[in-house]
Amino acid sequence: MPCSFKGGKVFANITMSTFYFIAFLSIFFSILVITAKNPVHSILYLILTFFTFTIHYILMNAQFLAVVNFIVYMGAILVLFLYTLMLINLNKESEPRKSNLVKFAGVIGGGCFLVTIVAALKAFGVSHPVVLQDPNLGLVKNLGKILFNEYLLPFEVSSILLLSAMVGAVLLATKDPKTA
Amino acid sequence: METLSNNIQTIPLNHYILLCAIVFSIGVIGVLIRRNAIVIFMSVELMLNSVNLLLTAFSVYRGDATGQVFVFFIMALAAAEVAIGLAIIVMIYRNTNSIDINVLNRLKW
Repeated sequence: MPCSFKGGKVFANITMSTFYFIAFLSIFFSILVITAKNPVHSILYLILTFFTFTIHYILMNAQFLAVVNFIVYMGAILVLFLYTLMLINLNKESEPRKSNLVKFAGVIGGGCFLVTIVAALKAFGVSHPVVLQDPNLGLVKNLGKILFNEYLLPFEVSSILLLSAMVGAVLLATKDPKTA
Repeated sequence: METLSNNIQTIPLNHYILLCAIVFSIGVIGVLIRRNAIVIFMSVELMLNSVNLLLTAFSVYRGDATGQVFVFFIMALAAAEVAIGLAIIVMIYRNTNSIDINVLNRLKW
């Protein structure tokens, strides 16, 4: 890929090779997520996958999303997964395996999906490189201005959504006195 | 970070689409081949995250910050979804002593 920008070829090459290496790691760890037998290992691999996604965000200079991905996904959501998994007492026979036929059909189905998307991508033709025109596009200042000017109503609605989710989770998790 | 932003990436958009499609398909395959409800849930998270990454890539490509705002909303939605879903899974486990999704076939008929 020719690089005739002011930035310098060496740095662009480093960024590119970093991208491909991290992309490889993303795919590798996400395959491990769905193939690991132990669910705890699955969650740990998922944490690594999300960490590689954070690096992708940093490479695209989406600093706000990188931090939010790091804190919310790796810090909150996956810890919630781990806690739930530890609340649920998984014994030996609790990791059920599907039959090989179902697994094969699932892989074929997912592969067909991937092939469809890639074929559509081929029809798309050659693409332009992802060029960051505005360096402070993904900074907190810029995103905050947009979020609180144009998307103020969705922001408030999402707060209601989170509140209702919290109430719902508490309602679901409390023990039903009739069945207990 | 500043030096990174001053330099220009030369990764084609197709490669981002390809990466996200692969991760999304892995999530789909994970939903299809696993029976553990928590692992299925994690596969759904994987799909959500690949979509997030693609939205960010398009946002950078177009120079439009709206995509990143949408990623923020998707993350808030994912947090709510995880809270509810894990509560449901805990409740299912309390009732059936298992998180095998094949136990949950009572809604089938």
